[in-house]
Parts: sequence; C-alpha cells; structure tokens
Amino acid sequence: MQSILDGFAAAFGLIITFNPELWRIISLSIQVSGSALILATLLGLPVGAGLAMRRVPFKGVVISLLNTGMGLPPVAAGLFLYLFLSRSGPLGFMGLLYTPTAMIIAQCILAFPIVASLSHAAIANVDPVIRQAALTLGATPIQESLAVVKEARYAILAGVMAGLGRVMAEVGAILIVGGNIAGYTRVMTTTIALETDKGNFELAIALGIILLIISFAITVALRFLQRLGRTGTSAAAWA
Amino acid sequence: MGLELEIVQVFRSYNGNPILQDCSFAFASGRTYVLQGPNGSGKSTLFRTLALLEPPDRGRVEYRDGGRLLSASLQLRRRITLVLPSTGIFNTTVFANVAYGLKIRGITGAAREARVHDALVAVGLAHKKWQRAAELSSGETKRLGIARAMVINPEILMLDEPSANIDPANTEIIESIIVKMRQERQAAILMITHDPTQAQRLGDELLFMRDGRIVPA
Repeated sequence: MQSILDGFAAAFGLIITFNPELWRIISLSIQVSGSALILATLLGLPVGAGLAMRRVPFKGVVISLLNTGMGLPPVAAGLFLYLFLSRSGPLGFMGLLYTPTAMIIAQCILAFPIVASLSHAAIANVDPVIRQAALTLGATPIQESLAVVKEARYAILAGVMAGLGRVMAEVGAILIVGGNIAGYTRVMTTTIALETDKGNFELAIALGIILLIISFAITVALRFLQRLGRTGTSAAAWA
Repeated sequence: MGLELEIVQVFRSYNGNPILQDCSFAFASGRTYVLQGPNGSGKSTLFRTLALLEPPDRGRVEYRDGGRLLSASLQLRRRITLVLPSTGIFNTTVFANVAYGLKIRGITGAAREARVHDALVAVGLAHKKWQRAAELSSGETKRLGIARAMVINPEILMLDEPSANIDPANTEIIESIIVKMRQERQAAILMITHDPTQAQRLGDELLFMRDGRIVPA
C-alpha cells in the first residue's frame, strides 16, 4: 500500500513540476490523436452525411460494415496496418513504419467508423421537414445538405468526441506500428504499458492520472453536447 | 404583371393511392386563394407540388412571367415559397432563422439586418430576435415561419394551415400579416385552412379540394 501511495506522490510531483519527459509524451499523444481525429472527421463526416442524405448503392451493407468497424479490435487494425507498411508490404516503400505518421493512420482507421457511423445516425435523425424548409426558402442542394448537417451538429460533435475517446485510450495499434520509440513514437498509453512492465510506477501513474482527466473531460463534453442538442441553449445544457 | 401559376392535368399518388387526379387550375398574381377540404384530400400534396418540392407523376406545373414559360430552376424556386404546416424551424436563434433565406442568396451585412428586423417587427417578434427559436410558443413559431417567408419577398406565397393549433390572439396576428402582405405587395397568396370563417375573411377566391381536384367552394 505504501509503495502505491509513494507512486502517487511521485506522480503528482512530476505533474506539478512540469516534468519535461512527461509533457513531451502528452504533447505527442495530443498531436497524434488530434491529427488522427481531424483526418477521421474529414473523411467520416462526408461519408456519414452521404449515407444519410443520398441514394447510395449497397447502403445497408456499408452501414453494417461501419457499425462493425466501431468495435474493430485495435491490435487487429495494428497488425493489418503493420503488414501493409512493413518493408515487404505493399506500402513498405513509403518508410512509414515506426513513425508518428503510421500511428496517425492507425488511429484514423479506428476513429473513422465511429465518426462516420455516428454522423450518419445524427443526420438521419434530423426531421425531414428541415430539408423541405431549406428548399422552400431557396436553398441549392449543397445549401440544403449543409442546413441538415448544421441541424445535427451537436450529435455529430458527440460522435467526434466519442472518436477522440477511442483514440486517446488506444494502445494496441500504435504499439505495433509505432514501436514505442522513446522521444519519437512514445505516447501516453504505450508509456504506461512499458513503465508498468519495468516497475517504474511514477511516470505510469502520472500519465494514468492525465488520461483519466482527459477521459473525464471527454465524458463531460459529451454530456454537454447531448444536452445542448436537446435544449438548444448552453445555459440549460450545463444544468 | 407578376408571376402566374397554372397546373394542368396533374396526377400524384402515394403507394398506389391516388391523391391528385387530373387536377387543373390557374392562379393569377396579386390575389388570395384559400383552399379548403377534408384531411387527406390532397391539399398539402398539391402545395408541395406547386412549390416544386415534389414532381407530379403526370401533368404540368407551369410558372409564367409576362406570358413567358419559366423552367423549374433555382431562380424560379427563389421567387416562390411555402410555409409548411410544421414550419421546420432551424435549431438556432430567431434572427438566424429569418436571415437564412437572405444568407443563401448572398445578402449580407446591414441590408440583411434591416430586412430581418422589418420582418420580425411585422410579425411582432423583434423583441425575441436573439432568443432560441426552439423556445418560442407554437403561435410564435408559426409567426416566425411567416417572417422567414416574408423576408425573401416571394411573388407567390403558399401557407399550409398557418393558424392551425394556435390561440385566437395569434390567429388574429397572422391574419393581419396576411392582409397587410396582400395590400402592400403584389404577391399571390395561396392558403390552406379548415376554418370557413377565416376563408371568408381572407380569400378573394375560395376553393375546395374534392376527389383530388380543385373546385370552387
């Protein structure tokens, strides 16, 4: 018990003294997960919107595949990406294995189905009368689509936040394609796994606390966005 | 001369059920037409067809300007509008709702602000400009729908049950807005109502929907 308490005390010390290694790891985690999420949103939102608003061949199959992808095991995603990026793989010539770019691609693969699937559900749930109202006021097809997407904005944001939650907590895929190289591809989750293995609990606990805080912030933001979508006012959403 | 509308032998059915059957009528500009008829008789389907939201299965919806036939383009759609029975209010402020039609036409800045303000004053909602539209009462929501249509100065304004399910005070306000629009603008107004006395008060021509056709009331 004493060793656990000592670990927490040392961890708080690392956090409040702005330990350079700790903050470098946090910074890389945010860069990798943030980039992956932006990419997944840029790809997933148009796919979700297209599935919700347009006639698409095999729409049911595509939606089922996306829903399946929401539960894609990270290690499986990491393994397949590794095979593609390894020297003998089809994309080996790009030299991306064990780089932050490979980690961004891996996390994007994991976040994309979540963003696309939840965006689709959010946009499909918008009252059809909104689309008609936009048309009666003279909207072009693009303006009509934007009006519908804007109406679903809080639910879409909640989907993006769910994607962020997925990639921030992910360890399997980035460990396989990133290699956990100190100062280069080592992020919060992979560091926690490594330091725990080595018995160095201080850094692992400090990063665990930061991850928990981020996870809590994402949960609060999700709850806020969901309530904002229902009430339409930020004051009521906080209540 | 304003925009004129004629429908010629229009047919429309849903899931095999005929709704509009050989429906023909000519609407002149600057007049108010009030359409009545039982639920399910095809009034709303007719309005959605006239507003170019749904194409007819057969027949023609013809808009003419000075005798010249217009194609069903975006430019034409922007000269007409339909206020839907459930309004379709956007989840944003009252101001942004009314400004939408101007925004998508590229009208910005002071010109847009002034036109939105005038429309909100006309429907008695200027004091709620920055309020969330979702917080309005049902009567205020109906008035907001009319303001959103008024602000784009349509040459043909279609109102699908503009005073359904609202109290007499709001009904009176909406009727006065319709009367004022008819007096001040040369727009043709087409309106659906279930209230025969309201039809008498507002209509230049009273019409009835029977067996999928428009007939004089």
